[in-house]
Amino acid sequence: MPTPLSLHKEMHMNHSNIVVPARRRFLGTAGKATLSAAAIALLAGNEALAQSASGTMQDVGILNVALGLEHEAINAYQLGAMSGLLQKPVLDVAVLFQSHHKGHRDALIATIRKLGGTPVAEKPLDDYAKALRADTLKSQADILELAARLELGATNAYLGVIPAFKDAGLAKVAGRLAADETMHWSILSSAMGKPMPMAALTFGA
Amino acid sequence: MRLFIAALVLAAGTAHAADAARGKTLYESRCIGCHSIDANRVGPAHRGVLGRKAGTAKDYDYSPALRAAAVVWDARSLEHWLADPEKLIPGQRMGYSVPDAGDRADLVEYLRTESTR
Repeated sequence: MPTPLSLHKEMHMNHSNIVVPARRRFLGTAGKATLSAAAIALLAGNEALAQSASGTMQDVGILNVALGLEHEAINAYQLGAMSGLLQKPVLDVAVLFQSHHKGHRDALIATIRKLGGTPVAEKPLDDYAKALRADTLKSQADILELAARLELGATNAYLGVIPAFKDAGLAKVAGRLAADETMHWSILSSAMGKPMPMAALTFGA
Repeated sequence: MRLFIAALVLAAGTAHAADAARGKTLYESRCIGCHSIDANRVGPAHRGVLGRKAGTAKDYDYSPALRAAAVVWDARSLEHWLADPEKLIPGQRMGYSVPDAGDRADLVEYLRTESTR
């Protein structure tokens, strides 16, 4: 029976035979998926959640930070899609992930408004390009690497703010958002041929 | 006397020596969602944060609470901030905290190395 370490080594040694075909199959089908309307309405349609929220400005502040993060993610994928460096089916996956982030954005905006807050505005695309150093992205691999870094950061950010929410419903939503980001990170990592985490509980720690 | 020496050895063995390399790894996984060293993103740029007055990173749109805070960032204040931002500066916007003291020390050490470059 292989140990986790030997399995890890084997996966690396057989990378071209095992990981790549699986990766292609994954990317080939992921781009054809459709975004669930329920995902878009994650928060926007949840009246009970909005009513149970205490409306504290602290929660609104956290949601607005999350919104800023989603604005950046949408623009990061936009920069990738416009770069001419992404090829199908990777391009399709990037557009799909961008649509997820747009769903997050719309849900966050609706919730912030329901709680009496003012949603933070999106910046011009050029601002995101400068902050993310888009001029340094020279290949599809560079874009995937940046996207994976941002998705991992977003995963950990959402997990990290869960204890700060005054409203338990919003904490749960942060967990759901983190799950989407984790899914993105996992697929991007697979596409880059990176090994899966060998240890448990690697996210949010 | 032996007991005293043993206690010193034990203390030396358990004390956390701040590790900038580990702090960089933590930064790349936990902070990078919102922050960069050299660019204002969701959060402000971090280069030069040690020694800087809170709420004064160039061109970053801070909360009124941060702008009004009479805090100059040093290792101690940064550790307090990372432990519980809202406790240190009520009304700020960062909901994220770092519960582990060792992680905080490593992150601060990493920021210190980046601040002096």
